Amino acid sequence: MDAATPLIELRAVSKRFVKALDLAARIANLAGADLREETVHAVDRVDLAIGEGEVVGLVGESGCGKSTLGRLAVGLLPLSGGERRWRGAPIDGLAPAAAREQQLRTQMIFQDPYASLNPRLRVVDIVGEAPVAHGVIARRQQVEYVGLQLNRVGLDPTLMRRFPHQFSGGQRARIGIARALAVRPEFLVCDESVAALDVSIQAQVLNLFMDLRRALSLTYLFISHDLGVVQHISDRVVIMYLGRVVESGPTAELFAVPNHPYTQALLAGIGRVEARKRTFEPVKGEIPSPLAPPPGCHFHPRCPHAMARCRNEAPPLVEFAPGRRSACWLNETRAA
Amino acid sequence: MTPPLLTVEGLRTHFFTRAGVVKAVDDVSFTLARGEVMGLVGESGSGKSITGYSIMGLVDPPGRVVAGSIRLDGRELTTLDPESMRKLRGNRVAMIFQDPMMTLNPVLRIDRQMTEAILAHDDVGERVALGRARDALERVGIPSPDERLKAWPHQFSGGMRQRVAIAIALLNEPDLIIADEPTTALDVTIQGQILHEVQKLARETGTALVWITHDLSVVAGLADRVCVMYAGRIVEQGTTAQVLDTPAHPYTQGLLDSVPSRNARGARLKQIPGMTPSLIGLAPGCAFRERCARADADCAETPAMSVDGNDPGRGVRCHHPIVPWTQPPR
Ligand SMILES: Nc1ncnc2c1ncn2[C@@H]1O[C@H](COP(=O)(O)OP(=O)(O)OP(=O)(O)O)[C@@H](O)[C@H]1O
Ligand SMILES: Nc1ncnc2c1ncn2[C@@H]1O[C@H](COP(=O)(O)OP(=O)(O)O)[C@@H](O)[C@H]1O
Ligand code: SF4
Ligand code: SF4
Ligand SMILES: [Mg+2]
Ligand SMILES: [Mg+2]
Repeated sequence: MDAATPLIELRAVSKRFVKALDLAARIANLAGADLREETVHAVDRVDLAIGEGEVVGLVGESGCGKSTLGRLAVGLLPLSGGERRWRGAPIDGLAPAAAREQQLRTQMIFQDPYASLNPRLRVVDIVGEAPVAHGVIARRQQVEYVGLQLNRVGLDPTLMRRFPHQFSGGQRARIGIARALAVRPEFLVCDESVAALDVSIQAQVLNLFMDLRRALSLTYLFISHDLGVVQHISDRVVIMYLGRVVESGPTAELFAVPNHPYTQALLAGIGRVEARKRTFEPVKGEIPSPLAPPPGCHFHPRCPHAMARCRNEAPPLVEFAPGRRSACWLNETRAA
Repeated sequence: MTPPLLTVEGLRTHFFTRAGVVKAVDDVSFTLARGEVMGLVGESGSGKSITGYSIMGLVDPPGRVVAGSIRLDGRELTTLDPESMRKLRGNRVAMIFQDPMMTLNPVLRIDRQMTEAILAHDDVGERVALGRARDALERVGIPSPDERLKAWPHQFSGGMRQRVAIAIALLNEPDLIIADEPTTALDVTIQGQILHEVQKLARETGTALVWITHDLSVVAGLADRVCVMYAGRIVEQGTTAQVLDTPAHPYTQGLLDSVPSRNARGARLKQIPGMTPSLIGLAPGCAFRERCARADADCAETPAMSVDGNDPGRGVRCHHPIVPWTQPPR
């Protein structure tokens, strides 16, 4: 394997959900609504390669498919299309033993630290269950091992007999991190792991992520809608819009000279603590729905540069400069 | 000087739980003028939402407003009967909740929900009400508002539901809107769209806003004034420039220092050590002292809100403020 082989690679992965009717919908139907199942293309043929030790930030608006892509990457959801590779080798359809081993290498830290920790389990079991179950450690080592894990994320090991509700939001975030690290993964997907935290606690947890990255040579996919956080922590940034990647590139370059019109709109919207009484700008054009994304380039109803072909043909994600990719027809016009 | 639209004085809202009394809001005072935007910041659990609920008359048992006064346009709200309070809500005062489903009724179509909100307070025809509902959806960036009016809440994504809830709050152009972290989950372009509408409403119709958030960049761009809460109390207040450019309270300074964009990219972020104290049985003294680098023996006594002699809008609750406190306002 040469140095350029990515640690993890997703090739043209897709995920379609058939949205079954939920309780509210069934009640609404009783009240006279006529609601049917709908198909959502949550992730639509996405390519993503992450190198060993890299931190990739994944950004995009609510509902654009970030969490779904993260779940596909760690194998928590079956693919509707495409394939996944680990150090160059395909990992879908592995034999059960190999699949389980692969499963441990990739872990996800979830969006909601309240919902993702079982309220009836003590911390010692939340953190220590998977390593025992998967034979990472023997059961008699559990207490000692969990103590080490808690220490590493800055929690007092004497608290391991407590339940999740006895901790603050920031501490719960640390428990979630300790749980993921306990099976010694190499790749972590952090899904909005600091979104629910206030800035001061957020700073503590972001520092912890950066320390752990160095100490354990971890690779991260860091999902966040907070551009300030992503800019701070990532080596590379990937921008999604309605199920597709629209731009990716090294953090500093992408933030300095965004290429895709959606990225440009995002960066123009970033607030700064130094700004006083800005005049906020309305979104130009129409905001499309993820249930019925517009044909062609999904961004065309909002794009100030939309041309005729943008309404019919989806632009491919192409490398327009070394290490930088964008899916916009303007790059073709510029190149010509 | 015109009297303020909203005056909150010595507000205390406590929860009487089995574990003890939670002093969620403990001696909070501020005023708000017409058309003014106040940012209310602080970490989670500091009492921001409960301050909002108290103004709206929405505190449920075991919680109760135990002291203080809330006056809207001179009218005392803490003693208002429930029926009058209900009439006030959604008409003169509106709240946008962290969770949009607190506003939306899952079994009513959007058009019904919106026209009912208008017709409950306004004697206009169905057609006029429908037109106003449509315009409100358009203002918050809902695509094809005419069709969307016929939709049901669950057919919207989370972000769209929040925008509908915001549209409902805007419907009757209330005097006061209390917004509880409503844009935290939205991308910055959609957030900008909503802030644009809200800003316009404040400018054009004189609606006053209390914007609760922990996102200091939103506060910086939107608010005229800022109140910083910590452990149930306002620890610092002033104009946005005063609070963000020359913070006086060590907690405010700590918050500002931990914002990623204020730290070098990739460097360790400055962080406030320790964590928020429990609000049950909080000992007297400054609640921040376990985490404060400036703390000394004085801080065992609860600091009072000390108002700048030259500027009644500028205050800090600290024995040792960071900026010299007797100086004239900038
Ligand atoms: N289990 C599911 N069943 C049906 N639809 C789903 C399911 N999970 C996700 N979706 C849909 O897929 C799309 C992408 O969802 P996803 O959770 O990946 O968004 P996201 O980018 O993580 O958003 P957020 O920023 O709000 O977390 C959305 O339209 C969502 O409604
Ligand atoms: N129903 C309740 N019962 C007991 N305590 C409550 C209740 N609601 C809120 N609290 C407490 O009041 C305090 C302030 O809460 P809140 O205003 O929601 O904080 P925030 O600043 O995050 O909005 C917290 O300590 C919270 O735990
Ligand atoms: S492809 Fe066309 S519509 Fe899409 S971003 Fe580029 S210019 Fe805009
Ligand atoms: S009163 Fe004392 S402990 Fe509290 S913030 Fe001021 S200096 Fe720090
Ligand atoms: Mg998500
Ligand atoms: Mg709150």
